[in-house]
Amino acid sequence: MHDKRYKIIASDAEFISLQQQRSAFSWLLTTIVLVAYYLFILVVAFYPEFLGTPLTPATVITWGIPFGIFLIILSMVTTCFYVWRVNNYFDLRMRYIKERLTE
Amino acid sequence: MLEGMNLPAIGMFIGFVAATLAVTWWAARRTKTTEDFYAAGGKISGFQNGLAIAGDYMSAASFLGISGLVFASGFDGLIYSIGFLVGWPVILFLIAERLRNLGRYTFADAVSFRLDGVRIRSLSALGTLTVVLLYLIAQMVGAGKLIELLFGLNYETAVAIVGFLMILYVTFGGMIATTWVQIIKAVLLLLGASFLAGAVLWHFDFSMETLFVAATEVHSLGVSIMAPGRLVSDPISAISLGLALMFGTAGLPHILMRFFTVPDAREARKSVLFATGFIGYFYLLTFVIGFGAIVLVGANDGFLDQDGFLRGGNNMAALHLSQAVGGDLFMGFISAVAFATILAVVSGLTLAGASAISHDLYASVFCKDGVSDKREMLVSRIATVVLGVAAMILGLSFESQNVAYMVGLAFAIAASVNFPILFLSMYWRRITSKGALWGGSIGLLTAVTCMVTGPTIWVDILGNPEILFPYKHPALFSMTGAFVSIYVISIFDTSELGAQEIAQYEMQLVESQVGPLDKCSTKS
Repeated sequence: MHDKRYKIIASDAEFISLQQQRSAFSWLLTTIVLVAYYLFILVVAFYPEFLGTPLTPATVITWGIPFGIFLIILSMVTTCFYVWRVNNYFDLRMRYIKERLTE
Repeated sequence: MLEGMNLPAIGMFIGFVAATLAVTWWAARRTKTTEDFYAAGGKISGFQNGLAIAGDYMSAASFLGISGLVFASGFDGLIYSIGFLVGWPVILFLIAERLRNLGRYTFADAVSFRLDGVRIRSLSALGTLTVVLLYLIAQMVGAGKLIELLFGLNYETAVAIVGFLMILYVTFGGMIATTWVQIIKAVLLLLGASFLAGAVLWHFDFSMETLFVAATEVHSLGVSIMAPGRLVSDPISAISLGLALMFGTAGLPHILMRFFTVPDAREARKSVLFATGFIGYFYLLTFVIGFGAIVLVGANDGFLDQDGFLRGGNNMAALHLSQAVGGDLFMGFISAVAFATILAVVSGLTLAGASAISHDLYASVFCKDGVSDKREMLVSRIATVVLGVAAMILGLSFESQNVAYMVGLAFAIAASVNFPILFLSMYWRRITSKGALWGGSIGLLTAVTCMVTGPTIWVDILGNPEILFPYKHPALFSMTGAFVSIYVISIFDTSELGAQEIAQYEMQLVESQVGPLDKCSTKS
């Protein structure tokens, strides 16, 4: 097929470096979300009383509520950050590489 | 109370159906090629797709089910919501862009980029159809019961109406129609739910504290609704459920299909951004709505039947609430929106199922020399009708069955078959089609076996005295089974074909990053 052009790109130093950077970035964000979520799940499983403890004696709002809402906000914030970063950095650089290597 | 207010609801329901039929007619005129039929011509923007994806996600199960769960158990509803939401960032970081760059209409296209198409598509079609049918049965039964309750029609008629309309939308309008119906419904649902939550908050002086206090005072479980309940009873189930929700999302065929309706990876990325935003906002709303219902509905005898339970079941909580805050008119609106929700989701599911049959099985597995656009579209349409009829028949057969577990099983299968092969084919060099085929099949078999021998089916439904498999959620085991099997079988695969597939990894990696090098290059 178009083996030659793909091989050229695949062995390009800049491509490899950018791709690794980008991979590290994706996996970092993935890890953050996974850890936060599974921490929540494990607390639900092993230590639910904590989530049921009120924030202060004067309120009925328990620790579970801000914890849960934090996870929802974390999901939204990380996706925002990812799109911003990829649109403004990784995507651009990748496009230059593609143009440079495929006249 | 529900029977008497037919008029506004029926009026809005008819209005919605008329609008969506108009959309379908408009879409049908624009649907000329398979690109149009499966992928809306690739012309959907990131924002529109984000709404459509959110719409697919904010199904009746989400809106009514989760607010119903919050109504019944409080905090547990939030646990489920979070599980459904966190899959999205993961999809964005790992799947969305590569999927868009490597595939064309279905996720099997992306997996078949370097792996043998026949094997992969057979398995992915099986996985897709299983997930679609399970999901469809659950939706059809839910739809039938909802319409029966809201509009006073009998169950059979309700199922027939839903089935008939969905066949119309998909057969004539394809992806264009299903996308726009989904978008319209998403906007209506977000507006309706916002108003509903806003009305609740207004009632409690915009103080969450006041709302929670009132709820704990009124609810039979008292303050324990502010803590996790009996939803996840042990750590294994908790983790298993968490895995199914998070990774099942990344394997749902009708959702993955939506990534191909946008022109490129950049728009695919934006789709997930908007979808996550809308869905997250929506789940915050359902939380408020559920709690609002505890006070404004649960404590009001007018909404309860003679045994003290909520009329129509807990899933009706949001609907009763809409009547409590906005009278018959608003309830009519929310009922029509709930109906719209069901229609939109079953249409998307049917399209995903039909495309698995026509694009994956017929066009690629059976007709190896390729088929014309026209023929493929004809097969898609026939498949749609067949699937629609099957859904109706199944919906009628399962009327009195407990179908709640089916959505859970659908997610578990999506997480154990579709997700592993998609993920590993994109990220692991050493995978071969043999490994994917057999490993994915083992995942499927494990999920189904664990479910059938588990408490839900073996004991509750089949009536056996002893539990064979102790966990309600099979995902932990079936996903592990799938990943391990794929790994082992691929490693031991020393075939010529396998070696070729492995060698193409670099090329696939490049294309996944920069997209197709030629605009008109077509994938196998």
